[in-house]
Amino acid sequence: MDTLRYSTIEATSSKFWMLLGGLALTILIGVLSAHHMEVEGHVISGMNNQIVWGLPHVFAIFLIVAASGALNVASIASVFGKAEYKPLARLSALLAIALLAGGLAVLVLDLGRPDRLIVAMTQYNFKSIFAWNIILYTGFFAIVGVYIWSMMDNSLKKYSKKAGLFAFIWRLILTTGTGSIFGFLVARSAYDTALLAPMFIVMSFAFGLAFYILVLIASYTWTDRPLGDLILNKLRNLLGIFIASILYFVAVYHVTNLYATEHHAIERFLLLDGGIYTLLFWIGQILIGGLIPLALVYMPQTKNCRKTLMVACAMVILGGIAQLYVIIVGGQAFPLEMFPGMEISSSFFDGEIGQYSPSIWEILLGIGGVAISLLLVTVGVAILDFLPDSLADNIVEVKK
Amino acid sequence: MNNVVTKAYKLLRKSKQVTDEPQTDQSKRSFVGGLVGASGLAVAPGVMLYETASAKPADEAVTNKIRWGMLVNVNQCTEDCNACVTACNDEHGLYPEEGSSTDSQWIRKLTVKDPSTENTKSFPVMCQHCEDPPCVDVCPTGASFKREDGIVLVNMHTCIGCRYCIIACPYKARSFVHEVLDNQLPSTPRGKGCVDSCNMCVNKIDAGENTTACAQACEKDGHQAIVFGDLNDSQSEISKRLKDFGGTQIRADLGLNTGVRYQGL
Repeated sequence: MDTLRYSTIEATSSKFWMLLGGLALTILIGVLSAHHMEVEGHVISGMNNQIVWGLPHVFAIFLIVAASGALNVASIASVFGKAEYKPLARLSALLAIALLAGGLAVLVLDLGRPDRLIVAMTQYNFKSIFAWNIILYTGFFAIVGVYIWSMMDNSLKKYSKKAGLFAFIWRLILTTGTGSIFGFLVARSAYDTALLAPMFIVMSFAFGLAFYILVLIASYTWTDRPLGDLILNKLRNLLGIFIASILYFVAVYHVTNLYATEHHAIERFLLLDGGIYTLLFWIGQILIGGLIPLALVYMPQTKNCRKTLMVACAMVILGGIAQLYVIIVGGQAFPLEMFPGMEISSSFFDGEIGQYSPSIWEILLGIGGVAISLLLVTVGVAILDFLPDSLADNIVEVKK
Repeated sequence: MNNVVTKAYKLLRKSKQVTDEPQTDQSKRSFVGGLVGASGLAVAPGVMLYETASAKPADEAVTNKIRWGMLVNVNQCTEDCNACVTACNDEHGLYPEEGSSTDSQWIRKLTVKDPSTENTKSFPVMCQHCEDPPCVDVCPTGASFKREDGIVLVNMHTCIGCRYCIIACPYKARSFVHEVLDNQLPSTPRGKGCVDSCNMCVNKIDAGENTTACAQACEKDGHQAIVFGDLNDSQSEISKRLKDFGGTQIRADLGLNTGVRYQGL
């Protein structure tokens, strides 16, 4: 009774097919939106020559960051030797691949020339962190794929620890690369800081774990498999630590900027009078994505309450999207400081706050990316043994 | 006839191997040029029908012996004059609508005001053709590149439209083509989904004109605020002026060594 067994979920229920159908439809709508944007050009999006990366990039980078974070659960078992996390490792790796695939799909479909993907895959400028990321993302699929194989194939089990370690190192480099997309931008006031790389790693821990917890609870509830409080409370505590870590990095980022007079303008914009960006920062990122879920996670009254945990996870995800919106769109909206201390103007909107409101096509493409991730997980758990039959407390404890 | 086509094909292959110009119509132009050249050969051996002595031969690669640059004298630039912008738009087939946030603008007049003194200056800003261009650094496919003669260009065949270069450029010099274009000029290939920017009138330079549309227009209007020339040639007008009067780089703190300099900033 107490042994750990994995099995596929029943793919015969109407609930399963409805879920699959709903996700497939959402993906289709997203792909059609992207196609429409490609045919008509980005003129039908909310983007312009001031804000060239909009909502699709927010979704894409959120999913990519969450992907590397989702793998963390597996890493805790394989790299840090916490045996109670081992039953969770397979799903963790599957979710990591699925989230990355969803994020990359959005990123590629938002290119000006998505038809030239083959160019991006074959011609590399190795000074570009973007080019490195293409290699890191592709490598992530391969490495996590091998990791999953080593966990599932008994004859390869002895290699799973090594594969897990390699995947962990790879994912750290990968998220460093994603943060560096912004960290390496020397001319933008909101970027140009090495802090963005570790901050993105911490963000990935929280976003990925929040996604993981939601998928775990949903799949166990829908398939009527036992899921004990023991493992959920471990994940809950971990989530709290990650949320607090993000708040720490965000505080360091802003306090450092506030200390230097040259950065006062961007700080004023983000924290005080940046309109939607200020609102998203304080209400979305700090309150909804940080303080409230932190309270929900650590309040003694909410211990063992799954609904509260799920609400906290959803809030971390929403707060994460808000945070990336502030970083990506807000960072571009703040005008380039070509002549610090001067007032500049031109027909090209120099010196003005960039205007952007996402179009429906961008929103549908972004949601389509999330659906791709969820569809891959749904199909994955239906065809391969990713989920343990039971994660009841006795199973998790036995493995300790 | 077969002989003519073979010769034309060889010319085309040769020009494709050595040319640094990446633009869409270059190959077509080379092919047409090749055909004309081959016809010339066919009419009478040893007799050419045209002369291109002033231009660099198409099969001669550009070298780093030359570094093209521009010097903008801010004091000679007047606020109400837009001649350089209009000339650029005409030269490259850009038709930006007033107030459009999505149309390409390769050059724009910037008004810079010192709030403490009310001192106001107006001058053109375009791609600064940096020696170490951030756009080239960040481009994942190498579509953004710098020619040996210092001109920063976008290869329209390999630009995937990721727009990273636009975010990386400290001068807001690049534009993304947001919609279908049907009015491009053969000398300036552009297209939906790709990024473009000031190409320092590479079409004129490669044709041996050795000037830019903006500099020509400025001179024609009598301001002579833009001087185009070879920064590596100490005897060129631009080098002499820079030596005598100095020149400022925008965001010199970034250490990019721009090819466009400003006098009187």
